[in-house]
Amino acid sequence: MSKRIELKDLNIFYGKFHAVKSVNMTIEPRAVTAFIGSSGCGKSTVLRSINRMHEVIDGAYVEGQVLLDGVDLYDKAVDPVRVRRHIGMVFQRPNPFPTMSIRENILAGVRLNNSRISKSDADELVETSLQGANLWNEVKDRLDKPGSGLSGGQQQRLCIARAIAVSPDVLLMDEPCSALDPISTLAVEDLIQELKENYTVVIVTHNMQQAARVSDSTAFFNLKAHGQPGELIEYGPTEKIFHNPEQKATEDYITGRFG
Amino acid sequence: MASTETGATSESLPQDPTNDLQSTIHGKARLGDKVFRNLSTGSGTLILVILAAVATFLVGLSIPALTADPEELQYGAFWAYALPFAFGTVWASFLSMLFAVPVAIGIALFISHYAPRRLAQGLGYVIDLLAAVPSVVFGLWGINTLAPLVRPLYVWLADNFGDLPVLGWFFAGPVSGTGRTILTAAMVLAVMVLPIITAISREVFLQTPRLHEEASLALGATRWEMIRQAVLPFGTPGVVSACMLGLGRALGETMAIAMVLSPASVISFELLTPSNPNTIAGNIALAFPEAFGLGVNQLIATGLVLFVITLAVNMTARWILASRKEFSGAN
Amino acid sequence: MTATTMPTTTDNQLTAGQLPRFSAIAMLVVVVAVVAGVMALFGTPAIGAVVIVSVLVFLAAMYALSWAVEGSRRAADRTAGHVVTGFFVLALLPLVSLVFSTVAKGLERFDVQFFTYSMRNVIGEGGGAIHAIWGTIIVTGLATLISVPIGLFTAIYLVEYAGSNKLAAAIRLFVDVMTGIPSIVAGLFAYTVFSLILGPGTNSGLSGAIALTVLMIPTVVRSAEEMLRLVPNELREASYALGVPKWLTIAKVVLPTALAGLVTGVVLAIARVMGETAPLLVTAGITASMNINPFADPMATLPVFVYYQYMTPGVPQDPFYARAWAGALVLILIVMGLNAIGRFIAWKFAPKTGR
Repeated sequence: MSKRIELKDLNIFYGKFHAVKSVNMTIEPRAVTAFIGSSGCGKSTVLRSINRMHEVIDGAYVEGQVLLDGVDLYDKAVDPVRVRRHIGMVFQRPNPFPTMSIRENILAGVRLNNSRISKSDADELVETSLQGANLWNEVKDRLDKPGSGLSGGQQQRLCIARAIAVSPDVLLMDEPCSALDPISTLAVEDLIQELKENYTVVIVTHNMQQAARVSDSTAFFNLKAHGQPGELIEYGPTEKIFHNPEQKATEDYITGRFG
Repeated sequence: MASTETGATSESLPQDPTNDLQSTIHGKARLGDKVFRNLSTGSGTLILVILAAVATFLVGLSIPALTADPEELQYGAFWAYALPFAFGTVWASFLSMLFAVPVAIGIALFISHYAPRRLAQGLGYVIDLLAAVPSVVFGLWGINTLAPLVRPLYVWLADNFGDLPVLGWFFAGPVSGTGRTILTAAMVLAVMVLPIITAISREVFLQTPRLHEEASLALGATRWEMIRQAVLPFGTPGVVSACMLGLGRALGETMAIAMVLSPASVISFELLTPSNPNTIAGNIALAFPEAFGLGVNQLIATGLVLFVITLAVNMTARWILASRKEFSGAN
Repeated sequence: MTATTMPTTTDNQLTAGQLPRFSAIAMLVVVVAVVAGVMALFGTPAIGAVVIVSVLVFLAAMYALSWAVEGSRRAADRTAGHVVTGFFVLALLPLVSLVFSTVAKGLERFDVQFFTYSMRNVIGEGGGAIHAIWGTIIVTGLATLISVPIGLFTAIYLVEYAGSNKLAAAIRLFVDVMTGIPSIVAGLFAYTVFSLILGPGTNSGLSGAIALTVLMIPTVVRSAEEMLRLVPNELREASYALGVPKWLTIAKVVLPTALAGLVTGVVLAIARVMGETAPLLVTAGITASMNINPFADPMATLPVFVYYQYMTPGVPQDPFYARAWAGALVLILIVMGLNAIGRFIAWKFAPKTGR
């Protein structure tokens, strides 16, 4: 289930623009890894390159490797669509499908791929996914209501449930709490802690307290100057990054001297 | 540098049964994706093909009318035949714009800045309804209701202005007995293009930056002064192109002219007489059922002339709109 | 406008020098009464003349009154407001008059026979437009069947596939060009295509449908493109992130989300081409009998039926005129109905994509 991700000399480009420069890191399974850094430093881009979502933008390409348990995701024979069934993603703003009910949203990953699923299997999948996202008790009586009728935090947990319903190995989260109120944020953070039992979780966040609270390892990204590519400055156990960073830039960022 | 490893894994893995990840993420482009992409690209290309076909057919079938000996042509030499209609087209459209533009701008201002907010959208729909009325119904209305209604006015105009210098060129008698003159046709055209101009102008006026408006009002300007200082200068390019789009519609409009006008093949500025210059579109509609041989080609050639005129007008309008980023239409 | 030009004639009260709110209406009543009275002294005036003179006198009198009490700037403001409002009312007059005359004259033959008989063997009274109604349905239906897939897939190409490449720019430009094609020119095109294939002088429902297609495609493309762009990118990303291929994302996420807007666009496009007369005049032609085969022989359509009934009446003329107006009424009802349906769909389903 949970798998190890290795980034090897990863460079990411948007056309001529060099967005991220030679990232090397190993993301451990059954752990939460946080990406922090100022806006535009490329942390979201690195995150998206892990399940090849950045390719949605025209002209985006990478050099280097992303290995999932040793398998190169950028091998020529690899179909990016299938990669995403192994590596799920949760976005900044909750984005349930507005035309679908809560139940249909959970089944979206299955149904949208034209796969058949029996009624009993579907019921089970909906229940386990919603329970996995700590949402079952709140919505079990209104599974046929539109997903867009839920609160922001519920919608985000619905999106997480939708992502885990396709049983991925990895969950990528791109600032999953930035559009939520504090109480909903807490609920999602609790959920993230539980999710690492079964998944490799990578989370991009602007909120340093959040990174400190939920993550086991933290990676700090930064750019040398405006217009330069983003770089991985420091990567290590969260404890160390927050209390005893090796790099001056990391310390400045952590202590809020720039950002 | 890491390529050796990649090569090794991708070659060795098919034989490695323990790693099923490899097999589940490898795959070729899907049939569905290919079909969808090709269908969409094909449809887009088909539009270009259709337009190319329209141009080719029109040009191809026009050439015989332009090159043939005038003696053989059903309607005689081409340019002598087409010129009065080209004049009529431009003249009728010009007259209709004379009526439509001020009224349309007035309505647009009324909806955007005068009418109560809650009513504004409904009033907009009412004007849009005008655009939904089929042109043949406008034709019926023009010939049956409007023409008799305005004839007394024409008589009065001819009596009072017909003998004056300059004005006499336009208002000279004898007044048409039916009222079916180019002035009536232009009024019908004006009503038809009104919703087009109104709709776009309204949008443009509504996009006036709130800050400009408030800055003007804060200086103590009345509403009309605010409109003159902020709304109109901001909206002018949009309104100009709206008018040109309306003009494009007026140039090509067929039925209102074919039904309302009592036509002749003349070049004349007189507005009230029974002999009025016909338009290209109106003439095609009237003459086409009886045309034969090269006559058909001649009518098609006049159609080509019309196409070129409208194309020029429309492109100018689009160009003005496009050069104004604020009004992109989408957002 | 700077403060130095501000009139300082009034007392230092914010409410000073204002006309009461009802003054405009009162003035209008007085002016109309006076003008009608004065003009009646010179003989019975035409209503139109009274209205025109009244409006002019009203504007002048109101300006003068406002100028005297409120100052020149307020007076100009008032006049502008009156003129603008007047223009709006002026534009409503043709709409009201048109609807009124169509209903009044159309009701005479708006009967069962009109909807059950064709014009076959009818030379005077009686007869109906069932053949033209069927013709309109068939021709418009065919045009819709051809142009909706082409238009929709083109919009999908523009929004989902093309990005900003050269082909997309060309398509956008030429869709604009197509929007400006005069309808009669579209008719000539269809006519020439069919006369080249099937020999000159051929009329058929299909050629009419082709002419309407040329007019319909750009409308469909533009409305569909706009609607697809309104679908938030986040939904596409959500679908991709679930491992859904692009085509299924488009078919199962993007299109359903935009459905209401797409349907509205198509309905309005149908309403627009349904009333087209000129292109059908030269392509589908006219016939007195029922013809439901679009591939051969002329096919009557409602607009062309109306045109010929009115423009080439037999003797006596009245039954022909009555049929023309009844046809116009049916046409207006259909077109207005389609417009209402389109707007209803847009209104009913639009807010759902919000929150």
